[in-house]
Amino acid sequence: MTFSRRKTVLGLTASAAILALTVAGCSSSSDPAEPTTPATDSTMSAAPDAAAEPVTLTLATFNTPGYQQIEQPDAPYQYDLIKEYEDANPNVTVVYDRKAESGDARTNFFAKLGPGGLADVEMVEVDWMPEVMQYSDLLEDLSNDGNADRWLPAKVADATDADGRMIGDGTDVGPQAVCYRESLMEAAGLPSDPEGVATLLDGDWANFFDVGQQYFDKTGKAFFDSTSGIWQGMIGQIDPAYEEAGTDAIIAADNADVKAAYDQLTAASMDQSTHLGQWSEDWSAAFKSGGFAVILCPPWMLGVVKGNSGEETTDWNIANVYPNGGGNWGGSWLTVPSNGANVDEAKKFVDWLTAPEQQAKAFANAGTYPSQPAAYDNPLVKDAVDEYFNGANTGTIFADRAKAVPAAPFKGKFYFQVNDAINNALTRVDDGTDAPAASWDKALTDINGIS
Amino acid sequence: MATTDLEPVTETRRTLMRQRLGRWDQKASPYAYIAPFFVVFAVFGLFPIVYTAVISLMDWDTIRNSGEFIGFDNFTYVLQDRKFWLALRNTFSIFLLSAVPQVLVAMFIAAMLDHQLRARTFWRMGVLVPYVVMPVAVGIIFSKLFADQSGLFNHWLGLVGIDPVGWHKQVLPSHFAIATMVNFRWTGYNALIFLAAMQAIPRDLYEAAAIDGAGALRRFVSVTIPQIRPTMIFVIITSTIGGLQIFDEPRMFDTTGTGGADQQWLTITMYMYNVGFGNLDFGRASAIAWLLFLIILVISLINLFITRKFIKSDSSGGK
Repeated sequence: MTFSRRKTVLGLTASAAILALTVAGCSSSSDPAEPTTPATDSTMSAAPDAAAEPVTLTLATFNTPGYQQIEQPDAPYQYDLIKEYEDANPNVTVVYDRKAESGDARTNFFAKLGPGGLADVEMVEVDWMPEVMQYSDLLEDLSNDGNADRWLPAKVADATDADGRMIGDGTDVGPQAVCYRESLMEAAGLPSDPEGVATLLDGDWANFFDVGQQYFDKTGKAFFDSTSGIWQGMIGQIDPAYEEAGTDAIIAADNADVKAAYDQLTAASMDQSTHLGQWSEDWSAAFKSGGFAVILCPPWMLGVVKGNSGEETTDWNIANVYPNGGGNWGGSWLTVPSNGANVDEAKKFVDWLTAPEQQAKAFANAGTYPSQPAAYDNPLVKDAVDEYFNGANTGTIFADRAKAVPAAPFKGKFYFQVNDAINNALTRVDDGTDAPAASWDKALTDINGIS
Repeated sequence: MATTDLEPVTETRRTLMRQRLGRWDQKASPYAYIAPFFVVFAVFGLFPIVYTAVISLMDWDTIRNSGEFIGFDNFTYVLQDRKFWLALRNTFSIFLLSAVPQVLVAMFIAAMLDHQLRARTFWRMGVLVPYVVMPVAVGIIFSKLFADQSGLFNHWLGLVGIDPVGWHKQVLPSHFAIATMVNFRWTGYNALIFLAAMQAIPRDLYEAAAIDGAGALRRFVSVTIPQIRPTMIFVIITSTIGGLQIFDEPRMFDTTGTGGADQQWLTITMYMYNVGFGNLDFGRASAIAWLLFLIILVISLINLFITRKFIKSDSSGGK
């Protein structure tokens, strides 16, 4: 059948529009990372290591570990650690696979750990390290010649299994300080300079909550960002918290320290908490709107604070203090699966990549704080200053906090299931769904069912 | 001569052979044509189902690919888990809140589209656009709209003077929010299926009814609905199966994916996913999968029975 000219034009326009919409809707997310070097022949006879076999290593990471500065061409530092290693070892080609989030990496890791198919070097995060420990016999022992001394003791302890094998080389850590809003502290009649806040909050959690109560009494607004954020800080200082080392028995229900911390926090959070869940929409909006005055912040949180607060908020600062001295939040290790094709080369690579000089460069790239004290004297780390946080000397602050982190509490394979149950209990209290005692009882039912 | 004597014999034999082959072809080739599908189904569909059933009876370590037989312990554990029953409650609630309005609204939209509208094709394609959007994208956007403090819907409610609703705190509001996302996606799809069925109804039935004095509503109830009964059965059963398996929308409703601190919107599929891939307990997750399968089977049969009983089939036109 023939169409009138008008119908033809309309039809073609409609088809073009639909095609454009469909293509836009169906377009895939960002492409996987390209291999970092041109696929040239790696047996250059001029290089000193030419006699070695050509090797291709695969490196799998998530988030931004800072080994390359890919997304920010304007960033002040543009270290490319992958290229440095390849230049120093001409027979090695590194294929770099970056996953967006830790959750994706974890699913991939456990899916392939048994049947095979993992990268030669896999990054593992602290949240799933206790689960990885159950399968530590499938990973290589990376301790050699006492190099374990390079790292913070807590970092080594968390990666060492019951047989004394260190199955991961620590990459970054998350020593926590206290980030605060100067104007909000002033409005409550509290000190707002970094030293003043440090003196004010120096002490234990009871002192922290006292200050919070003063803030609330004066302003009627929430003091800290979220109940679960503070819980993370408190529980990290209780050892043992949930399980007994060596037997995997769950002791959370009978642990008086855990219950005391829960009671202390729920009493304070009535007034002092925003009652928002971390990473929720409302929590992100509260940075800008002045919904809270302080947040426990590890180095990687600085980017989050800046992103959520925007350029209009200019009064964030960092106090070199933490209740009870220090705490750690976050951090990763690089592991080498034993069923990989290039285990020895991978071990050398990991050893180099986590050396102090390289960790300092990664920090310069992406703010991931080194887990090796030797790196703290490196000028890149020591002299680091964050302009957004009113010139806070992040290098020194986090070095001090890192040294104050207590010994790592024991974390068994049920650690995060128990922690989830308690976090749910705290959120129920925040939401007003249950009273603290009833919520704790529900959590106990869940914990008793864990097996 | 010998050849002239033999020719009719070989001719008959060849014909007989051809006839036999022909009959055999008629009987066997349908099976040959559908065999590839069933081979693929046996490998990728049936085998995993049986494997899941076997694993559900074991304490399975998926990484070491081994486990020990523990009988029905996984099932007992799941049936005694408080979260399972909460998930069941949530799944049924979200299913009812989504499937019932969806089917009703879809039928209404289909009835409207069945008329001679201008730019008919545009309207008909328009109702399908929400289906094209990825469920994850829908989930992310709607969860921003439904945010408790900074969301748009609570803002609008505030303008009218209503207190903000706890979309992420209370049970029914969260179900309502998730059902909204599901309805957004599936109503248009079901409307088009109904429309296709309605367009197959012979128009003289409507004329006859109109002559007998039936108004528009009466015609719809007494002519349209009985005529599209088979399609309704199809839509209700697929909505049941889909509704009891909802995962994307509740998973995207908040960033943690655990279904709320009090399991307010935890569905069975989410619970299964969290047990299997979160706790790495595949034995229990398999038990949950089989329980879900049985539940869907039972509910689908109930739905089939109800639909058959309450919608009288039209003996002249319906199948």
